[in-house]
Amino acid sequence: MHTQTLAQLSKALRDKRISSRELTALLLDRIAAHDDSLNCFITTTPELALEQAAAADARIAAGEATPLTGIPIAHKDIFCTSGVRTSCGSRMLHEFVSPYDATVVARLAAAGTVTLGKTNMDEFAMGSSNETSFYGAVQNPWRSGLVPGGSSGGSAAAVAARLCPAATGTDTGGSIRQPAALTGVTGLKPTYGRVSRYGMIAFASSLDQAGPITRTAQDAALMLAAMSGFDERDSTSLTDPVPDYVGELAQRIDGLRIGVPENFFDAGLDADNAAAVREALAELERLGAKLSAVNLRNVHLSVPAYYVVAPAEASSNLSRFDGIRFGYRSARAGDDLREFYMRNRGEGFGQEVKRRILTGTYVLSAGYYDAYYLQAQKVRRLISDDFAAAFKEVDVIAGPTTPTPAFPIGQKMDDPVQMYLNDIYTIGANLAGLPAMSVPCGFVDDLPVGLQLIAPHRAEGLLLRVAHQFQLATDWHTRQPAAFA
Amino acid sequence: MDWEIVIGLEIHAQLATRSKIFSGAATAYGAAANSQACLVDLGYPGVLPVLNAEVVNMAIRFGLATGCTIADVSVFARKNYFYPDLPKGYQISQYELPIVHDGQLEIVNGDTRKTVRIVRAHLEEDAGKSLHEDFDGRTGIDLNRAGTPLLEIVSAPDLRSASEAGTYMRRIHSLVQYLEICDGNLEEGSFRCDANVSVRRNGDTKLGTRTELKNLNSFRFVEKAIEIEAQRQIDLIEDGGKVVQETRLFDPNRSVTRPMRSKEEANDYRYFPDPDLLPVQISAQRIAEVRNGLPELPDAKRDRFCSEYELSAYDADVLTAQRALADYFEAVVAKTSARPKIAANWITSELLGALNREGLDVGASRIDAPALANLLDRITDATISGKIGKEVFDAVWAGEGDVESIIDERGLRQITDTASIEALVDEVLAANPGQVEQYRSGKTQVIGFLVGQVMKASKGKANPQQVNTILRDKLGPTQ
Repeated sequence: MHTQTLAQLSKALRDKRISSRELTALLLDRIAAHDDSLNCFITTTPELALEQAAAADARIAAGEATPLTGIPIAHKDIFCTSGVRTSCGSRMLHEFVSPYDATVVARLAAAGTVTLGKTNMDEFAMGSSNETSFYGAVQNPWRSGLVPGGSSGGSAAAVAARLCPAATGTDTGGSIRQPAALTGVTGLKPTYGRVSRYGMIAFASSLDQAGPITRTAQDAALMLAAMSGFDERDSTSLTDPVPDYVGELAQRIDGLRIGVPENFFDAGLDADNAAAVREALAELERLGAKLSAVNLRNVHLSVPAYYVVAPAEASSNLSRFDGIRFGYRSARAGDDLREFYMRNRGEGFGQEVKRRILTGTYVLSAGYYDAYYLQAQKVRRLISDDFAAAFKEVDVIAGPTTPTPAFPIGQKMDDPVQMYLNDIYTIGANLAGLPAMSVPCGFVDDLPVGLQLIAPHRAEGLLLRVAHQFQLATDWHTRQPAAFA
Repeated sequence: MDWEIVIGLEIHAQLATRSKIFSGAATAYGAAANSQACLVDLGYPGVLPVLNAEVVNMAIRFGLATGCTIADVSVFARKNYFYPDLPKGYQISQYELPIVHDGQLEIVNGDTRKTVRIVRAHLEEDAGKSLHEDFDGRTGIDLNRAGTPLLEIVSAPDLRSASEAGTYMRRIHSLVQYLEICDGNLEEGSFRCDANVSVRRNGDTKLGTRTELKNLNSFRFVEKAIEIEAQRQIDLIEDGGKVVQETRLFDPNRSVTRPMRSKEEANDYRYFPDPDLLPVQISAQRIAEVRNGLPELPDAKRDRFCSEYELSAYDADVLTAQRALADYFEAVVAKTSARPKIAANWITSELLGALNREGLDVGASRIDAPALANLLDRITDATISGKIGKEVFDAVWAGEGDVESIIDERGLRQITDTASIEALVDEVLAANPGQVEQYRSGKTQVIGFLVGQVMKASKGKANPQQVNTILRDKLGPTQ
């Protein structure tokens, strides 16, 4: 049963072939059996899960179920969950129990999902390997000793290991798509503003966006439909109505114009990874799509621009973690206010978070603001313009999600620039606010690699449709890591 | 050596909204500590600000009333610094693009009229309060005020004396109350002021180094603090010293200003646009709607008082200086049969005199508009004389009863009964044969003395006109 997709489980629940309580108990057992080795979960919530499952069963019995009613899922530990620890992967919030639910959590709960627990992540979502977590690294289910990617590494690994059919993630520079690619699952970052940011602990507010991590595009459509929509508590949330994502999936993609950014296939891309992506593009062509080259000429500037804008916003967003109202307070914090701040923040935050706070503080400082922050905003505009120009010629852009498959734990921790380059293909969509997905498209040395699809603003429906049609024609997304069969 | 004082004011007017600028929490003053701070005000992880649309309308009102340009697009920015009563570690304010800018306000100070330029007015949130007493040496934090909307009104350095600065501050204070965007309560901190002060030798065109006097919360303190600070700077320069740019606090008890921090730290606030809030876009239509809803402003009201009520420019100025006083005047005029000029005289002399003696606002007057109208009616219909009216005013003020009961109980009704007055006149004539003789021989001015004697005999209650007429009748023709 645990190998079934969300859509299949939804049907099984409504056909009464299994109850939500049985399904929940089964997945809780799998988590208990496997999570010691994987370290996907920071917190499990078995009591809450069984309570929600019982309510879901009642709702199903009453004939009031949505497609998500009774489906057990996991939330990235960046989403505030009322009455449950919300750590954001940090010592700073190790003991923080949120007094409220994030909008994403509340909407999924209202649809009837069951919360199994909170998944591991890079500290404050800052990382591409899940190694910066206060709770330790997550193992890649495909091979122990390798990273699952990050920052939504716990969510991706949990879905890949079939510990849950779906999980929430957040993506600021690739944090849904990159771990999805590295663990062989499907990940969607929606258009900026499509999903409310309320209750999602902010990393870089102008880039952060929540989305689903699932095994199939169809499941992603089901999750996104429940997660998205205008929220009056988020001023940047989109007001347009949510389209029928599931309804659009069945349309074929004959004649669809797909743009291929040739500079995504330069020397930085692993040759075998490139070959797998090329083969996926050929498959899309066989499905009737027309391929053409597009030029995203400024994309090489996306990493440096991102590593100015994101830390700048983060340095300000993380100022509230001062140990006064909530969060870590050092036992050694003395009477002096300056000392108090330095102890709480110095001990509460990890290395990578501190690196980014320092970087962000620097680029916003008097005398450096114009040279860094303003310059990066200009580059951001250029990158957006490149995408806008490309979307005059093509409907969707397709290419690699990551330069390489999963890499060993520890390999890049001492080299932040190498680590940051993991996100070279994904960051552009965040800077431009575009929806983007990663779908499994092959294997290199028995490790999964991802195909990235990028669409114009608000075109999640198109993105999901292309991914679904690709998944109807391929079986990469059905492969599962043998150790977690 | 003659010195010129140069002053610019930054006034913080707390906007009179019911809820905070970025959250739904209440803004009422005086609630139990931390009872009016929601998760947004507390800066909890994951919460987001949502702009209260009413504050935008209030800023537009102010902009329209001061001839400011209303920005099509203005942007909220984060001002980053750490302090325990600043929950997010940054204050949401406006920096490069304020909501309104480049306006002016005319002030009249003594005999001089001048136009003070308003550089900008921007929206921002207030911080909480740090309470350093009553916590055994520790600091208490009250976040009720965190997120309260403020309009910061920045003048150009156009003011040239402490008294001009005071006049400008009073004028802004009056205006924001006219506009119903601020309650103007200085005691509760709804209206506060920082003053930038520098001095230069007469004739110099370059500005001197300025100091900033923080948190001046009364008109008197603003004037006094500026005077003392300007003198300090002058003395310093004349002794060969140099003014240091710094923030200073005014100590009213010792009549000195002193540096705010022992160690002056150069703060770098690292302003940048707040990514949680969209730029504020204001359409011409919205501005037109706000314009249509504007109340009558002080200048227009003053002109109308002159023409409609036939008041002198002086009286109209005094009455329209505060909206509450103007409203009081019009409420009296609407109820009384006395001429508006009479009402104006009573308000500007008796009422303002009594209010000033006790340091009260017109809203706290011990005699309300209907009562004063009642009093003026009794004078107009000759029930009492004007002089007795003042006695009645004082009695009502002192809380001794209402107008009618005081007149009745004290027997203050004017004597208008001719027979009674004749009897009093006869008594006075009989008692003063010398003055009667003088009158009859042509020294008619002694009639003033005789009227006085009759009034005295009547304990002030006889109608003076009647007394005069009857006296003349009885004295007969002069030779």
